[in-house]
Amino acid sequence: MAAKTATKSKKSTAKKKPAASKIDDNSVWLIGTDMTAFGRYPEKDAVDLAASVSMNALADGGVTIHDMDVIGAGTLFQAATGMGQRVQKQIGQTGVPVFNVSNACATGATAIRTVYLSIKAGEADMGLAFGVEQMGKMGMLTGATKKESNVYEPDGRYGAVTGVDGYLGTEGMPGVFAQAGMEYANEYDGVGFEQFAKVAYKNHLHSTLNPLAQYRKEFSMEEIMGAPTMSYPNTLLMCCPTGDGAAAAVLVSGERLKSMPKKVQKRAVKISASVLTSDPYTESAQVQPDVNTLTRNAATQAYETAGVDPKDLDLVELHDCFATAELIHYDNLGLCEKGGAGDFIDSGAPFRDGSTPVNVSGGLISKGHPIGATGVANIYEVATHLRGEAGDRQIKGAKVGLAHVIGLGSACGVHVLEKSGL
Amino acid sequence: MAAKKAAAQKRSTKKPAKKAAAKKPAAKKSAKQVPLVDYLRLGARPYLAANECTNCGARFFDRRNACANCGKREFKKARVRNGAKLKAFTIVHRAAPGIPAPYVSAIVETDDGTTVRSNVVNCDPTPETVNLGMKLKLTTYPIGKDDEGTEAVAFGYEPV
Repeated sequence: MAAKTATKSKKSTAKKKPAASKIDDNSVWLIGTDMTAFGRYPEKDAVDLAASVSMNALADGGVTIHDMDVIGAGTLFQAATGMGQRVQKQIGQTGVPVFNVSNACATGATAIRTVYLSIKAGEADMGLAFGVEQMGKMGMLTGATKKESNVYEPDGRYGAVTGVDGYLGTEGMPGVFAQAGMEYANEYDGVGFEQFAKVAYKNHLHSTLNPLAQYRKEFSMEEIMGAPTMSYPNTLLMCCPTGDGAAAAVLVSGERLKSMPKKVQKRAVKISASVLTSDPYTESAQVQPDVNTLTRNAATQAYETAGVDPKDLDLVELHDCFATAELIHYDNLGLCEKGGAGDFIDSGAPFRDGSTPVNVSGGLISKGHPIGATGVANIYEVATHLRGEAGDRQIKGAKVGLAHVIGLGSACGVHVLEKSGL
Repeated sequence: MAAKKAAAQKRSTKKPAKKAAAKKPAAKKSAKQVPLVDYLRLGARPYLAANECTNCGARFFDRRNACANCGKREFKKARVRNGAKLKAFTIVHRAAPGIPAPYVSAIVETDDGTTVRSNVVNCDPTPETVNLGMKLKLTTYPIGKDDEGTEAVAFGYEPV
């Protein structure tokens, strides 16, 4: 089936950049990938989830744990537990270097990039990256609440005598990202509650086609806008859920890929750009996270490195932790004109039948967001479309895709992937 | 001997005011006030005091090691203007435990161009009442007392 869909697409248009026709020794490729359905796995632990996707990704690439020269292991809430080594002890203790990484919501992308860098540096021919999280029903993620002490004493870098969340603005995630969206609405016309709600409408709709999504239910605009408000304008149906899940990918150097079986080469996906940024100094970011500048910087670098224009993208998986976030990332990733994110969603462009399908997986809002897994899972999603193996949700003839994640603090990962054409 | 000890005890109960206050906080009528954060300066006309980089002018509200913009290490205290406008807001309905909701969380830009995170207060927490770009000014309000009767004072911005 893969071979069939990998043959030259009749639907390719003139604007698309031709995929790589031969293998550059210094290029990096994805040859295997897997993810669990996102949801709740109370009967399993994070090691079970990570071991499962790792073994499946290895099998998908026709390789074994003994072929891996390096392992990148991403998890946020269990960052101090030696996750990579714990998984090795279940699937194969080969003694190779393990990098346990934690980088907020960009943790998964950082695990991928760690393996990518090892291959680029010539230290590894092949490596395994996975991201995993078991959050259960954690509830809303927010800042530190009140201190234990019953006597006011200035504490910390702001000399606060008690918790400031709720007094000096919100530290709750739905509110922080609501403000980021409202700042955009303040700067540009045509952006309001309805445009934000449309993002959630689209992603819930897309998720109905994805068997791996945590939720697969379509909601009307009325249901979305009428749902309980978390932090205006984000209602409950405009916020991602907590959940459990894992995703993995096997990367290989171009040089090594050359000697691999033809069937592996055909299904290989080229990693044309792998970028990680942190937030540069901006005045406003001293008091609230600036999720825009570092995303813009990452996107610019990624397009330059890959030689790809945003118009070339057949699909984009971007970090829609909240509906307000997705809208501003249309602009940050250059998918629309500057200031044009409202028109972009109103025109239908990011719907799966639009000009730039965004979050055809259902996105974080409906597919789910087990934090450490997210940055690998969106690479799984894009790669699966480029391989032509996405089933009911397949974007036909997809050749180039982009995966974006952002973690507050901040860290942004952008990967550009291209169909092999081999 | 016993008398001496009793006298010493009597004296000691007078000295450490902390212990006495902890037992009966209501007795402390003239309650002390402390700012919620150290960059809020209380007094007749409260204001925010920023650490301003003497080289590039970048302003920070936290304790500094160096400037995040230019890397230089010298700072002076700058008095931030009290007038501001609303740059972004959210109306928080699902708040952290113990925080009354709904409330209006805001990012404001002061008249001298400093971004501040705070709440909009003395204003209905509805999308109809809170408008992007609206004019605001700094105000303060008490948020509670500790076991010693000390009152914590927060700042917010209210519509002009």
